[in-house]
Amino acid sequence: MLIELILVVFFVRYLRKNLDMAQSMPRWDGILKIILLISVIMIGLEFSVAPLRPYISWAAHLMMLYLIYVLYSQREFHTARPIMLAFAPYIIIAVATDVAKLTPEDYTSSFRSMLKSASTFSVIWMVAMWIITNRQRKALEKEKQKTREQHEQNQVTSSLKAQLEVQVAERTAELTRQKEELEQALSELKATQAQLIQAEKMASLGELTAGIAHEIQNPLNFVNNFSEVSVELTEELREEIAKLPINADQKANLNELSDDLIQNQQKINTHGKRADAIVKGMLQHSRSSSGLKEPTDLNGLADEYLRLTYHGLRAKDKSFNASMKTDFDPTIGQISVVPQEIGRVLLNLLTNAFYAVAEKKKLSPDNYEPTVWVVTRKMDKKVEIRIRDNGNGIPAAVKEKIFQPFFTTKPSGEGTGLGLSLSYDIITKGHGGSIRAETAEGSFTEFIIILPI
Amino acid sequence: MKILVVDDERDIQALFEQRFRKEIRNGEMEFEFAFSGEEALVYLNNPEHEAVLILSDINMPGMSGLELLRQIKHKFEAPPPPAPVVMMVTAYGDSENYNQAISLGADDFLTKPIDFNLLKEKLKNKA
Repeated sequence: MLIELILVVFFVRYLRKNLDMAQSMPRWDGILKIILLISVIMIGLEFSVAPLRPYISWAAHLMMLYLIYVLYSQREFHTARPIMLAFAPYIIIAVATDVAKLTPEDYTSSFRSMLKSASTFSVIWMVAMWIITNRQRKALEKEKQKTREQHEQNQVTSSLKAQLEVQVAERTAELTRQKEELEQALSELKATQAQLIQAEKMASLGELTAGIAHEIQNPLNFVNNFSEVSVELTEELREEIAKLPINADQKANLNELSDDLIQNQQKINTHGKRADAIVKGMLQHSRSSSGLKEPTDLNGLADEYLRLTYHGLRAKDKSFNASMKTDFDPTIGQISVVPQEIGRVLLNLLTNAFYAVAEKKKLSPDNYEPTVWVVTRKMDKKVEIRIRDNGNGIPAAVKEKIFQPFFTTKPSGEGTGLGLSLSYDIITKGHGGSIRAETAEGSFTEFIIILPI
Repeated sequence: MKILVVDDERDIQALFEQRFRKEIRNGEMEFEFAFSGEEALVYLNNPEHEAVLILSDINMPGMSGLELLRQIKHKFEAPPPPAPVVMMVTAYGDSENYNQAISLGADDFLTKPIDFNLLKEKLKNKA
C-alpha cells in the first residue's frame, strides 16, 4: 500500500510544517519524526522486499490510525482536524479492503467490488476535500495575516498614543509654567498700576496745589500788606490822639483800643506770613527743576545734612539728643544729582527721623537710646540711601498717605505736611528714582531712596 | 513822579494809597490806576499823560500784563520820548513768566505778596 505510506509521509510533513511543531510542541514533533522515518523505511521495503508487503500495509494502517487518534485526542492538533476529513474515508476503505482480504474471496466478493468503487470515490473525495481545505486554510491565513497587520497597526497606534501622551504632558507642563509666569506678570502689573495710580494722584494733586498756591498769593498780598499798613496807620492814629485836647482817661481808653488794634493787625500779619510760607512750600513742588544735575559726592552730602539737621534741632531744643550712625559705601563715587534738592530730601527725612526718636524718648524709659542711621549702598546701576530711626514707626492706617501733600502727624503749626510730598516729587520726577518707607509700629521707620546712576 | 499801576484787583488802589501815603502827601509820588490792560493803553495813549513808570500785574482778564508790556515797549520803541520803565508784579514767579517778561523788555520783576519796602527802594532808584 504505497499510497497510504506516501499519505502518511505527506500528512506528517503537512502537520509539522503547518503547526510549526518544532517550535510549539517539540515532544510531538519527535514522535512524528520517528513515524516519518518508519514510513520512509517502509516505502523502501515495499519496493525491495515483496513478501513483506501485506505487513507493511498493516503497519501503514496502524500509523495512519494512530495519527487520526492523536489528531482527535490532542487539543493542540484541532486546527489540523479538517484535513483528516479528506483522508479518513480513503483510510477506512483501505483498512476495510485489507480486512476483506483476510476473509475467503467468494464470501465477500460483492462487498469487495463495492469497496473498490468506494475506494475510487474516496480518492475523489480526498482530492476535493484537499482542495477545499487548502483553500479554507489560505483564506484563514489571509484572515490571520489581516489580524496580524491589524495587531501591528494597533501596536503602532498605541506607541503613537504613548508618544502623544508624553507630548501632551510636556505641553501641559509648559502651559502651566506659562500660566504661572503670566499670573506673576499680572500681579506685578497690578502692583505697578497701583503705583501709577498713586503717582498720578500725586501729580494731579501737585498741579492742583500749584494752581491754588498761586491764586492764594493774590489775596494774601492784600492780607499781609493791609495788615502791615494798618499797624502803621494805627500808630499814626495814636500820634494824632496824643495831640487831641481830651482828658487823660479818654486818652488812655483810646490808646488801649489802638494798642489792641495794632496787636490784632500784627496777628493777622503773622498768620498771613505763615500762610505765605505754606504757599511758598507748595510752590516748590511745581517749580520746574531749575537746579542742574552735577556730579555729587552723595556720602559727603548725606553726612553734611545729617550734621546740619542735628545741630539745627539742638539749637532749637537744648534737651534734644540722639546718636547718629553712618555706614557709607566708599565705592559710590560721584553721582549726577541736583545737590540742593537731594539735600532738601535728606533734610526732610532726617528732621522726621530725629523728631520721631525725640517723641519716643519723651515717653520711653531711660534705657531707650534714640538713634538715627544713614546708610548708602552702590548697587547694579543704582544707588540706595537708607535713613532709619528707632522711633515709634508709622501706623499702618496712615502709611499710604505719608507722601500726600498736607498730610502730617505733627501738631498744628509744627509741620506743613509738605516735606515728604516734596521729597517724593524730587526723587521720582526730578531724579527718576523711587522712595518708599518700611516701618514697624513701635520699633522703627526706614526710608529707602533709590536713584538710578 | 507819576506811576501807573495796572491790576485787575480794585483793592490795589487803596493798598497803594495807604502804603505810599507819606510819599503822596509830600508830593514825591503820584499814582494813577488802571484795572485792565486795555484801560492802561487808553491812559497811555493820551499824549498829556505824565506816567514815567508802570507797575503791571501779569494775570488779568482780557489783555494780559505781558501783552501790555509788549505793546508799550513796541509803541515807545524809538526815543524820544523815552520808553517808560515797566515793572511786572505777579503771583506767578516761575522762570517761564520771568524769562518772557525780561525778553519783552520788562525793567524789573516782582512777586506777590508785594514787599513794599523793597518796592519803595526800587522806585526811588528808578526815578
